[in-house]
Amino acid sequence: MNRRFFTTLRRGFFLRPSRAACLLPGVIVALLFSHAALAQAAGSNPLAPADAYVNAPHNWQMWLPVPGSPMEAKIDWLMRYVLWIMAAVVAFVGVLMGYVMVRFSARKNPVPSQVTHNTLIEVIWIVVPTILLAIVIIPSINLIYYEGNTANPYLTVTVTGHQWYWEYEYHGVPGLDYTSYMIPDDQINPAKGQIRRLSADHPLVLPVGEKIKFDITSGDVLHGFYLPSLGVQKYAIPGTIQTSWTLITKPGTYYGQCNQICGLGHDAMPIEIKAVPLKDYLAWVKTAQANDAQNMAPPADELADAATN
Amino acid sequence: MSSTTQDPHAEHGHDAHAHAKPGFVRRWLMSTNHKDIGTLYITMAFIGACTGGTLSEIMRQQLMYPHNDVITSGAAWNAIITAHGLIMIFWFVMPALIGGFGNWMVPMMIGAPDMAFPRLNNMSFWFLACGFIFVMLGLTLGTGTGAGWTLYPPLDNSQYSPGIATDFSLFSLHLAGISSLLGAINFIATILNMRAPGMTMHKMPLFCWAILVTAFLLLLAIPVLAGAVTMLIMDRNFGTSFFEPSGGGDPVLFQHLFWFFGHPEVYIMILPAFGIISHVVSTFSRKPIFGYLGMAYAMVVIGFVGFVVWAHHMFVSAISDNSRVYFEVATLVIAVPTGIKVFSWIATMWGGSIEFKTPMLWAIGFIFLFVIGGATGVVLANAGLDQELHNDYFLVAHFHYVLSMGATFGVFAGFYYWIGKMSGHQYPEFWGKVHFWSFFIGVNLTFFPQHFLGLAGMPRRYPDYADAFAGWNFVSSVGSIISGLSTFVFFYVLWRIFSSKEVLADNYWGEGATTLEWAVPSPAPHHTFEDVPVIR
Repeated sequence: MNRRFFTTLRRGFFLRPSRAACLLPGVIVALLFSHAALAQAAGSNPLAPADAYVNAPHNWQMWLPVPGSPMEAKIDWLMRYVLWIMAAVVAFVGVLMGYVMVRFSARKNPVPSQVTHNTLIEVIWIVVPTILLAIVIIPSINLIYYEGNTANPYLTVTVTGHQWYWEYEYHGVPGLDYTSYMIPDDQINPAKGQIRRLSADHPLVLPVGEKIKFDITSGDVLHGFYLPSLGVQKYAIPGTIQTSWTLITKPGTYYGQCNQICGLGHDAMPIEIKAVPLKDYLAWVKTAQANDAQNMAPPADELADAATN
Repeated sequence: MSSTTQDPHAEHGHDAHAHAKPGFVRRWLMSTNHKDIGTLYITMAFIGACTGGTLSEIMRQQLMYPHNDVITSGAAWNAIITAHGLIMIFWFVMPALIGGFGNWMVPMMIGAPDMAFPRLNNMSFWFLACGFIFVMLGLTLGTGTGAGWTLYPPLDNSQYSPGIATDFSLFSLHLAGISSLLGAINFIATILNMRAPGMTMHKMPLFCWAILVTAFLLLLAIPVLAGAVTMLIMDRNFGTSFFEPSGGGDPVLFQHLFWFFGHPEVYIMILPAFGIISHVVSTFSRKPIFGYLGMAYAMVVIGFVGFVVWAHHMFVSAISDNSRVYFEVATLVIAVPTGIKVFSWIATMWGGSIEFKTPMLWAIGFIFLFVIGGATGVVLANAGLDQELHNDYFLVAHFHYVLSMGATFGVFAGFYYWIGKMSGHQYPEFWGKVHFWSFFIGVNLTFFPQHFLGLAGMPRRYPDYADAFAGWNFVSSVGSIISGLSTFVFFYVLWRIFSSKEVLADNYWGEGATTLEWAVPSPAPHHTFEDVPVIR
């Protein structure tokens, strides 16, 4: 059992109550969620080198990615909080409907009542949902402002979406501005830990443990800068700069994808992030600045591949 | 109601005119009768559903395996997803629920002889039919319209979507919009002015309330869509730059305008289904609807609040944190009137004497699956969570639960409930139930796994995906095959209905069905009421 399982236990307040009390729909929903936690525990890409941590989706995954940032951890927590409340509501309605269908079938109850009003019950089904919503809203609003707080970053990266690649420009590092294309399917090398449709030729390299601000914009149409395991998502909009931020807690590889339809290569512009300790990052910046290759766009045939795949 | 053939010259006589049997062209192309126009709308919806459904089967076949080769061109893929969305919304759900059942049932339910403006009604339908031709041209001409049904610029401007296809798709929205707008005006005029003596607003059947609220939503929302689409057409063809940053415009403006229409559109699609479900639940529980006034005004509140929540579709677009807070809270408020409706349906069943005929199965399925779709809607309404879930398969699952299960189950509930009244022949009960269960299993298998795909981070509108998403995509595609096969069961049901010789009673559902359409023969005659009905 990994770290996530114990995190789950610590947050068990929202996970455990009333499973036994729920009838069938409740049990089904509960099973799905506990399965989600277990399936999560098994997850990592077996093709990745053993020494490197890879945060990628895995087959039959049923829950959010393992949080790679405090923001994703908060999203994960709120997701459980809201989803369990809503699962309870669904289970309650399901049980109620099941009971009504059995108890008031024409066979069991041949003479229908003609009751059409009950003020007390009508007040209850207005007041109780209102209270539930208030319970949801309070932590939810805190999360909005937390996600919006881009103040005091260690590093700012301008992320520009293009048809169909990403461009990363590091503020305060003159000349460090390079493009990142998807590695085409026929050039994927699993031995290097490359993942089809997720790996990019020049990953975005970021330091671990530092607050990183993204200035997100677009050079042509709308794109979506979407990093599920870090809890980041913003549209890349031409003529507008949107901001978001992250703080990656652990060295490793993280993936994202374009999440706003942008033409025929929409599914062929993934985001790959290599998160490394600060000193490795600083060393990389020096070599990257010196290395012209980092600045070059890939050859034209790769462009064509990205366009057709 | 004699239907003997008349001397052609007698047609001009006042008396004979009402009884003349029109020829095919006269009856179907120049129709002014609300029932015939309703039938035309339902036919349109049937064609739309088959087209849009075929497109979705193609998409699910492509997505069954990663790196699949059913669709090898990204442009073709984008054209298909765009057409699927547009057709399912404007040429299936809306014509079925509003044009179809609305036209057929509203005049009968309120005791009116026909719609207020019969020729306008005819015009509404043919605008829609022409729009369908246009949207199909948008799918098939050149590389097709590939901007998604939301049609966000700059992707569909003249630079990134050259070619005539996108213009056809945009004009098809204009035609569908004009059609809906004229229809809405007609419904409002009919419902407010032509109710039978004694039928006060507070005695009006809930389906008529639903259509009335829907009509007001259309009246206020469609012009905004028309404006946005016109600006887009001008940007494409006449060099304006409403949405072009290089000319001082803003793509985000289009998103605001689109969703100011688009969110009420969601309720335009679901409110009529709410109305149908109320009648079905009441009929088969043999009980009057519980909390009638609460039900009616819940729809009014949903319609009203539905206009002030549009930017929850734009939580990751350019809006401020404070806006995100406002739109989240306003959105969550809608859960309260929706809860009133759900609990009132259950309260209607409570103490009833429930018969599980096919329409009731669809209604019960509707309530439960709509609650699931509503629950994931509450999750998505949290702006902080939407930052994770926006535009991924969790969202796809959510809106298919409310539309593919919600609105569509409402359509089928209404179909099985009223087909005897409309055609004069009853559906086969056994095969109706087979249709329900196969469709129920199919759509749940299709869309429930998509929640997991979304949580794992799979973006929507992808023809190819990372291998890690293969498992649940396969399950989802198997589900879509089951729901596709279930459609053939429905075709068989249709064949049985139209080949049936059975004669139906006026009120074949018995004492539970209390609205006015059950007081007239089955099938309902061309001219509904010989005498003006008076409601006590």
